[in-house]
Amino acid sequence: MREDTVQELQLELEVPAQMEEREREVEEEERGEEEMEQPPCTLTESGPQGLIQGKDLFGYVGIEAVLDQMRRKTMKAGFEFNIMVVGQSGLGKSTLVNTLFKSKVSRKSCTPNYEEKISKTVHLQSVSHVIEEKGVKMKLTVIDTPGFGDQINNENCWEPIVSYVNEQYEKYLREELHVNRKRRIPDSRVHCCIYFLPATGHRLRPIDVEFMKRLGKIVSIVPVIAKADTLTMEERQDFKQRIRQDLQVNGIRVYPQREYDEDTEDRILNDKIRESIPFAVVGTDKEHQVNGNKVLGRKTKWGIIEVENVAHCEFANLRDLLIRSHLQDLKDVTHNIHYETYRVRRLNESNANGMALSPLSLENGTLDKSETDSHL
Amino acid sequence: MENSSTNSRFRSSLFNHDDEDQDKEYVGFATLPNQVHRKSVKKGFDFTLMVAGESGLGKSTLVNSLFLTDLYKDRKLLNAEERITQTVEITKHTVDIEEKGVKLKLTIVDTPGFGDAVNNTECWKSVADYIDQQFEQYFRDESGLNRKNIQDNRVHCCLYFISPFGHGLRPLDVEFMKALHEKVNIVPVLAKADTLTPSEVKKKKFKIREEIEQYGIKIYQFPDCDSDEDEEFKQQDQELKDSIPFAVIGSNTVVEAKGRRVRGRLYPWGIVEVENSAHCDFVKLRNMLVRTHMQDLKDVTRETHYENYRAHCIQSMTRMVVKERNRNKLTRESGTDFPIPTGPGLADTETEKLIREKDEEVRHRAEHGHGHDHQHGHDLNNEHVHEHNHGHDHEHEHGHEQHQDPHVEHEAHSEHHPPYPEGS
Repeated sequence: MREDTVQELQLELEVPAQMEEREREVEEEERGEEEMEQPPCTLTESGPQGLIQGKDLFGYVGIEAVLDQMRRKTMKAGFEFNIMVVGQSGLGKSTLVNTLFKSKVSRKSCTPNYEEKISKTVHLQSVSHVIEEKGVKMKLTVIDTPGFGDQINNENCWEPIVSYVNEQYEKYLREELHVNRKRRIPDSRVHCCIYFLPATGHRLRPIDVEFMKRLGKIVSIVPVIAKADTLTMEERQDFKQRIRQDLQVNGIRVYPQREYDEDTEDRILNDKIRESIPFAVVGTDKEHQVNGNKVLGRKTKWGIIEVENVAHCEFANLRDLLIRSHLQDLKDVTHNIHYETYRVRRLNESNANGMALSPLSLENGTLDKSETDSHL
Repeated sequence: MENSSTNSRFRSSLFNHDDEDQDKEYVGFATLPNQVHRKSVKKGFDFTLMVAGESGLGKSTLVNSLFLTDLYKDRKLLNAEERITQTVEITKHTVDIEEKGVKLKLTIVDTPGFGDAVNNTECWKSVADYIDQQFEQYFRDESGLNRKNIQDNRVHCCLYFISPFGHGLRPLDVEFMKALHEKVNIVPVLAKADTLTPSEVKKKKFKIREEIEQYGIKIYQFPDCDSDEDEEFKQQDQELKDSIPFAVIGSNTVVEAKGRRVRGRLYPWGIVEVENSAHCDFVKLRNMLVRTHMQDLKDVTRETHYENYRAHCIQSMTRMVVKERNRNKLTRESGTDFPIPTGPGLADTETEKLIREKDEEVRHRAEHGHGHDHQHGHDLNNEHVHEHNHGHDHEHEHGHEQHQDPHVEHEAHSEHHPPYPEGS
């Protein structure tokens, strides 16, 4: 034992020496000499987190090629993205979705006998398309919610939506718990919910608060100010500020949620976004000529509102957020956070009820669908 | 020459003769409109305008733009939590405007909270009740003894704001208008029209007009112009009718456009001018409301809506009387526990005294016979006036006192007596 300790001591003594040696080597490298020196091939810590910097390697390993492999695989497999649009009728939901994805993907464009009638109940309809761009395929599903907020009595009009979102989680959960799982579980979970606020210029309405409170807990909500071409710039700023205040006062968390920022870089980026939500958007599918260019816009007697001009409206910001920068993040947040929350809740519930929700019980059919539904 | 001079003399004498004739034939009542004009100018006008619609549709801004005042200076916007518990309020702002010696007492009735809650069932009830209350108040005043200074608080016109964000009328819009179209002149207005392109405006107007007809909503109809009006006037009139609902934009601010200062809204993509008829129908609405149809709105309120209310009121009163009389016939109870529609704040002793007075008179008349329809009508003018004034007690009392035949006669009288001559 004494020997051991001595050995340990010796080791301890040695390590600093080795460290100094390595540091010298690193310094030599930095002086621009070639990496012909043999680095110590110890498996002990050579840095704070076991990180071997690329410049420490004495040859090209090709780790970065994994990115290419990933890219190729995902391109072959394609992405899935499920977006839900919620808001009163006539707020431009279908038009905005079409403008976002530059194709006719909304329910309005796809139903042959589409009539703009106000439906008596809230029912959800989803339409799927596969969009391709530069070899990348995306299966886009747009879930529409006609009838939301249109009636005289809108109490509980959010319930069908809450049930839908939870149903999708349930479906995924079951697939996950299956003994024979599919290679790629079809993902119908709602990745993003765009909530349309009418441009009143005042504040959040009671129905907005009720909806976002409930759904902010289970899905990523992105609130937008619809048909914002009725607000001047000042009115827009005031309105946004009041909305942000209302959101805070009511404890509503919208995407991007502050708690899920992974590092400072994310935080800075997301803070900028958080300062400008909700985005004031204008949507259209018509093009006009402005200064010799064809632009997407709305032509009125007093000017042309250019949809993609950031001085006019924030459509471009919304598009960048949803598609160009945070699409994968939306999916991740849905999968890692919202879905996991749901899963934990369900598993706890089923454990508490003595019916463990496990692959075994599912396969044996001891857990009926009706039983699990009642736990929701 | 001489002839001519004699002629002229002759003519002049003729002329004089004509003049005298003219004097004899000229009565001079062609100056009546001027007299009326002078009196009205002295008296001043009053007008009550109600604005209704969801929050955030620009009602306050439009009112300020219409009358170039700032009636809503220190208004506080309620947040969502406060709004959850709020019920629909009725607020009144009165302002005296004078222009070129003509005074207008303008009252704006606002309905904050309308359509804001999650559950808006019957949120129009307080609005309908308010209108009925004003009618009732006028009814009493008109039936009262001192009719010199009756204050006319009846709502002359209701601007209903339809949201431009929807696809036409919403269920709430339909319900509101149907509940109120027989109480007040409804003028539908398409709010915040600067969010619509010209073709969208056209489509929406068409759709809204269609739906108004489909649901049987009776909005205010512009009177047809006489067939002898000139073409330009007729064309303007037709344009006005075709512009319903008026697509309006309001503004509290003055902006600089093409070197002029105009009321408008400044956007990065252009300036919307409120008073430019190519931009919106604000000018049409203002002209209609203030310059051309204000008197007609008041007349329709007085002749149609108020009379409807009155007839309805009287009918329900007589129905109650009949019911009670029938009940008494069966039970032979004393009639002092009638469900009397009570007037506001009347002393009971006063009522009882008047009731007793009336009973005496009625017994008198019953003895004297029933043939005095016309006279009855006139006499009862005052009597009925008293009745109404004191909470409609007397009808019941009459019913109580008289027996079979006089009952019927009395009913006949009260149902068929001529409408009151208009007081104002």
